[in-house]
Amino acid sequence: MYARALKPLALATAAVSALAFTMIFFWAPLDADQGFIQKIFYLHVPMAIVALLGFLAAGVMAALHLRTRDRRWDIRSYVAVHLSIILAVGVLVTGSIWAKASWGHWWVWSEPVLVSFLITFLLYAVYQPLRFSIDDPGRQARYASVFAIAGAAFTVLNFVAVRMADAYTHPRVFSQTGGNMPPRMFVTFVVALAAMALVFATLWTLELGSKSASERLRRARRRRERDADRAELAGAGGERPRAGAHADHSPAAAGTATASR
Amino acid sequence: MTASGQPQTAARGARRQVGAARAGLAILRKDLRAELRAREAVPAMALFSVTAFVLFHFGLDRARLEGDVAAGVLWVTILLATVLAVNRMFVAEREQGGMEAMLLAPIDRTAIVLAKAAALFVFLAALEVLAVPAFGLLLLGGDLIGALPELAALLAVADLGLAAVGALVGALAAETRAREVIGPLILLPLVVPLAIAGANATEPLFAPAGGPAELGRWLGLMGLYASVFMLLSVAVFDFLLED
Repeated sequence: MYARALKPLALATAAVSALAFTMIFFWAPLDADQGFIQKIFYLHVPMAIVALLGFLAAGVMAALHLRTRDRRWDIRSYVAVHLSIILAVGVLVTGSIWAKASWGHWWVWSEPVLVSFLITFLLYAVYQPLRFSIDDPGRQARYASVFAIAGAAFTVLNFVAVRMADAYTHPRVFSQTGGNMPPRMFVTFVVALAAMALVFATLWTLELGSKSASERLRRARRRRERDADRAELAGAGGERPRAGAHADHSPAAAGTATASR
Repeated sequence: MTASGQPQTAARGARRQVGAARAGLAILRKDLRAELRAREAVPAMALFSVTAFVLFHFGLDRARLEGDVAAGVLWVTILLATVLAVNRMFVAEREQGGMEAMLLAPIDRTAIVLAKAAALFVFLAALEVLAVPAFGLLLLGGDLIGALPELAALLAVADLGLAAVGALVGALAAETRAREVIGPLILLPLVVPLAIAGANATEPLFAPAGGPAELGRWLGLMGLYASVFMLLSVAVFDFLLED
């Protein structure tokens, strides 16, 4: 089901990303204060927004897993967290570069988005250690889902808290996206945001597709081994192989194997 | 539903409601009695806090602390001491079969999380009764008595938040293989908003000249944090207990 969506998604991602980069470098005006370095804004802020929405979406998917008990929602939530963590690292690195270029320091505690991201990243960095230190698959899925829900609620709270602690010495990124941003910059920003969202969606679909493919492969291998076992038993048992196989295996397992062939 | 089934389920529901409050109180009483007899959590947390004050004294190389540094040292120490109690909270239940007994009992699971949070709240309050005077004696240069009413209010609301988040994290980490590591690693980022609110609100209380206290704002943030995590813990706790 993921493979069918992958091709159009990948094509759309390539097209919109190419458009976004063209607009960033050839169409959007240079910033009057910061000059060329301001263009990192078109990478940094979309990354931050998409990573944040990814964490929130992972929380919603985790809630759906707990509600419907469908394990696929847990896998979707896991992949969303996983990709958002990678994007969060990108946010920290690009934010750090931007801070160095425009304020002269690699790390600025008064930039609330950057600080919030560090805290959120530190929390979500424990998602995988928590998940993989639980052996039972059902419990692993449930505990990871609880973590993802708590993490999503925390992400929102954390942004409120860090913003409150901030001394308001720097211009807000979001006030830039509002009224005082030239229209060309704003349109470029929106296209860059769409491109980043598409990158996220493509990678998410790709990883889910690969996970479901390897799961199907594992199931097919198991079925083949079972069939091979049965054939061996049938060969040893002489005549009427089917009845012999049914007697040796549990009827349910043999039944599904026959039905799915 | 048939007409005869209706009152029966209603009656069962009512009995379960009464059971939840009674069961919660019973679990809380059990936890407090175990703590009074074994004295595991609160003395360890208090000792940890005093040792941390000594470490801060040498680490910062100051005899007396004031203002933002004093507020930061006090809050960070209390938040770190919380880790000790949270780590132990569900471990004893798992090791000695208390969890199985609670799960087998016909009680609402909400009672378990509320009782655990209440026990953690009591432990934290007891810790603060010991650690805050020790902090005043050992490190604080400012006036502790004058700051006490505001500080008590801040600590009480922060303890509510810590109790909620601690019950959730304790249950989450108790089932993992490396719980001594996973528990603190989850808990510490989660309590950052409390550190922000607590340290910012306490800073003017410990400043020599005093300052504009924005108590309402920070109490509001802590209250929001406590209510969000309390609701969250009650909502998701069922999924941590089922097998």
